[in-house]
Amino acid sequence: MGLAIKHLLDVYSLSKEDVMYILDTADTFKDISTRDIKKVPTLRGKTVINLFFEPSTRTRTSFELAGKRLSADTINISASASSVTKGETLLDTLKNLEAMNPDAVVMRHLASGAAHFAAKHVNFAIINAGDGRHAHPTQALLDLMTIRDCKGKADGLKVTIVGDINRSRVARSNIHLLSKVGCDVSVCAPASMIPAGIEQLGVKVHYNIKDALDGADVVMMLRIQKERHGGNYFPTLREYSRYFSLNKETIKYAKEDVTVMHPGPINRGVEIASDIADSELSVILPQVTNGLAIRMALLFLLAGGSRQ
Amino acid sequence: MSENIILDEKNIARVISRMAHEIIEHNSGIEGLVLIGISMGGNKLCERMRDCVERIEGTALPLGIIDATLYRDDIRSGTAQQEVHQTDIAFSLEGKDVILIDDVLFTGRTIRAAMDALMAFGRPKTIQLAVFIDRGHRELPIRADYVGKNIPTARGEKIALELDASGDDRVVITKNSNG
Amino acid sequence: MSLIITGAHVISPKENIDRKLTIYIKEGKIAALHDSDTDPKTIDKVAELFDATGLTVTPGLIDMHVHLREPGYEYKEDIASGARAAARGGFTSVVCMANTCPVNDNASVTRYIIDKAEKGACVNVFPVGAMTLGLDGKALSEYGDMKEAGAIALSDDGKPVMDALMTRRVMEYAKTFDMLCISHCEDATLAKGGAMNEGFTSTLLGLTGIPAAAEEVMIARDIIIAGLTGARLHIAHVSSAGALEIIKSAKARGVSVTCETAPHYFTLIDSDITDYDTNYKVNPPIRSDADRQTIITGVRDGTIDVIASDHAPHHADEKKVEFINAAFGISGIETMLPLTLKLVREDNLTMNDLVARLSEAPARILGLENKGVIREGADADLTLIDMDKKYTLCADDLRSKGKNSPFLGRELQGRATSVIVGGKKVDW
Repeated sequence: MGLAIKHLLDVYSLSKEDVMYILDTADTFKDISTRDIKKVPTLRGKTVINLFFEPSTRTRTSFELAGKRLSADTINISASASSVTKGETLLDTLKNLEAMNPDAVVMRHLASGAAHFAAKHVNFAIINAGDGRHAHPTQALLDLMTIRDCKGKADGLKVTIVGDINRSRVARSNIHLLSKVGCDVSVCAPASMIPAGIEQLGVKVHYNIKDALDGADVVMMLRIQKERHGGNYFPTLREYSRYFSLNKETIKYAKEDVTVMHPGPINRGVEIASDIADSELSVILPQVTNGLAIRMALLFLLAGGSRQ
Repeated sequence: MSENIILDEKNIARVISRMAHEIIEHNSGIEGLVLIGISMGGNKLCERMRDCVERIEGTALPLGIIDATLYRDDIRSGTAQQEVHQTDIAFSLEGKDVILIDDVLFTGRTIRAAMDALMAFGRPKTIQLAVFIDRGHRELPIRADYVGKNIPTARGEKIALELDASGDDRVVITKNSNG
Repeated sequence: MSLIITGAHVISPKENIDRKLTIYIKEGKIAALHDSDTDPKTIDKVAELFDATGLTVTPGLIDMHVHLREPGYEYKEDIASGARAAARGGFTSVVCMANTCPVNDNASVTRYIIDKAEKGACVNVFPVGAMTLGLDGKALSEYGDMKEAGAIALSDDGKPVMDALMTRRVMEYAKTFDMLCISHCEDATLAKGGAMNEGFTSTLLGLTGIPAAAEEVMIARDIIIAGLTGARLHIAHVSSAGALEIIKSAKARGVSVTCETAPHYFTLIDSDITDYDTNYKVNPPIRSDADRQTIITGVRDGTIDVIASDHAPHHADEKKVEFINAAFGISGIETMLPLTLKLVREDNLTMNDLVARLSEAPARILGLENKGVIREGADADLTLIDMDKKYTLCADDLRSKGKNSPFLGRELQGRATSVIVGGKKVDW
């Protein structure tokens, strides 16, 4: 048994078998992080480079820790410190890294398709840690893992994703992955944040959060990017929050045991009320724990074997 | 492919019983002993061993499972990705006498990996190795403290201890017809 | 120096020619047309003979929308290489856009292009002058001066004139000199940040979309202003069904508007972009299959007057980047004829209409009276086509410096075997 893929670029190129294999492998890795000695020698001598062209703390830390707990030599390159500012092309950056023989590069880039582009031109494994609005596969995998942990299954669950669907790679990857494993996915946002043709992915579109949450088993709130606001997608955070936030009132429309998720970092009082984020329904922190396990599993599966 | 059954259920029970006696004798009792089976091959044998010791001594020994996959030295060169299994050790190994149990001792590499893996769970007083079959072909300076059967084999052969829950236990050698 | 072409099937719809003929060329003009059984020796004893048996001969094809990149971007293409590419693609005349560096917004740049073309181009090159200085949409350039220097039309192609009043002034002033306005219709605010057609595929790929509406609102605006000013308007690279609808109704109302589309709009659809292949990145973007079907209908029924390549060669470095950072454009002049012949093979276009879209109509719209037709006294610009020739497109085979074609690796059918420009067989 092995993965059918050489790179992790998106979720739609993963088979259901691959998804389950990754999740099952991640389950076995969870326990390592609870030991006194949180390190196994599996990737000793392997080099993993975190190449981040966009600022990120949590995903980068998660990958860095995942690499370190597997004993890989892990280094971080962030855009501000790299040659990008000197006008180097992505291809040249990648070729320079290739000349140093890494085994895997974890890449985040603001251009959709950047990971696909990279995978076409290099001989090491590319793990997409987010490319523009396109994909964030490890986030979707850790979300599915968390849903499976909470509900024991994913098939048949009603999942509602609320937030800037148009500009969210988290939403896209989750829609693909959760639909693949049999979830019934709805999205909710102002019409300015719903991308063209999204219904063709089999999701229902709502403009009213109460309708969207009706009977939901899982609700996933997306971060409203204060820093990327602009473009007049909605008038004010205040009004957004009034109509699209998860709070004591709106959560009533979901199932009583609804699982509350958020990819983080959360904006308290904007898309999610503090008391909901801190409630027993919230699995925001278990998502982070699972994220580490998922990333360990992927590094193991993609950087572990010998390169052809 | 040809299959050859070389031990049946009765033989196997006798061997396990003898090994249990040896372990108890060598450690002058069961004080401080823990049994750790190497996943997957050692799991069932480990349970049998615990049951057997319990029959003799009247006390059940703590039992754990260790998966050595992440500690293997061949994981990087391996073309096929290895499946990782659960490790389950619910107690500290600090100061314990660990009986590490596996079905077949072959190159010794699994045992080496398992010993490394054990160290993440504390510093045992001793680690002793119990294997049901020693088939030879060692690649590392490792030997078992307790051996059920020495069964010399050719490299191309496969040998398996099959401990079936329904009681149909056997040891089988499979020869690859193309050698 | 004279030339006699024998054995070819000759098509010139304007003259109702669709039969085997012998063409006699003398001093750069078509001197006479003879029945195919005429003995060439009785026409001209010393003329060079060109046996074109099995080939189809059409009036020299005219591509009224190309980017030759010179001056300024010679690393992408230059006038000589672009002309060779045109000839290889079966074209005898090209109309080159003004977005060079410096911009062709004054007579000296126009003259420079014409000089370079006279010295180094193997086909006829007609430069387009910029509507506004620096393509900035702010101030008129000198149309009269440029026209005298040889500019054949006006366009800010590549950059829409966003300001409606400026557009009015452009059209009024163009009318003064009876110059054609070629409009790149795109509302830059609606298209902002876009990299491909807005639709399900852009959503899948996470790329910002350019809605067809960005093209359509500008076409509507320009048509309305053309109606107001009475200028001659030609809409460049029409790509959407909605755009065609607007043009169709304008034509029905009698507005002086013509339009063109490019082969990629009737050949490709946005869902072909699966792996972020930047060779598919073009502006306007490749649209949906419904749009493609409607464009084919428009080409067939004549709502679309002209097929032009929008030949936009780029250096490999400008395409070997992230999709959003890649340059827009397809190096298309060498694939235009086979892709249009495909419409003919699929019964979506007659051969006569192909000649109309690729030669007659451009000549008419551009006012090139002696081109686009095979008749006595017309310019001896001819395209000789092997209709059955099959070949696989490879980068090395392209004469253009720009290898940015989404059709690389595809099997194409039908190809120009030679072109004759001003009575001379062209070396490409």
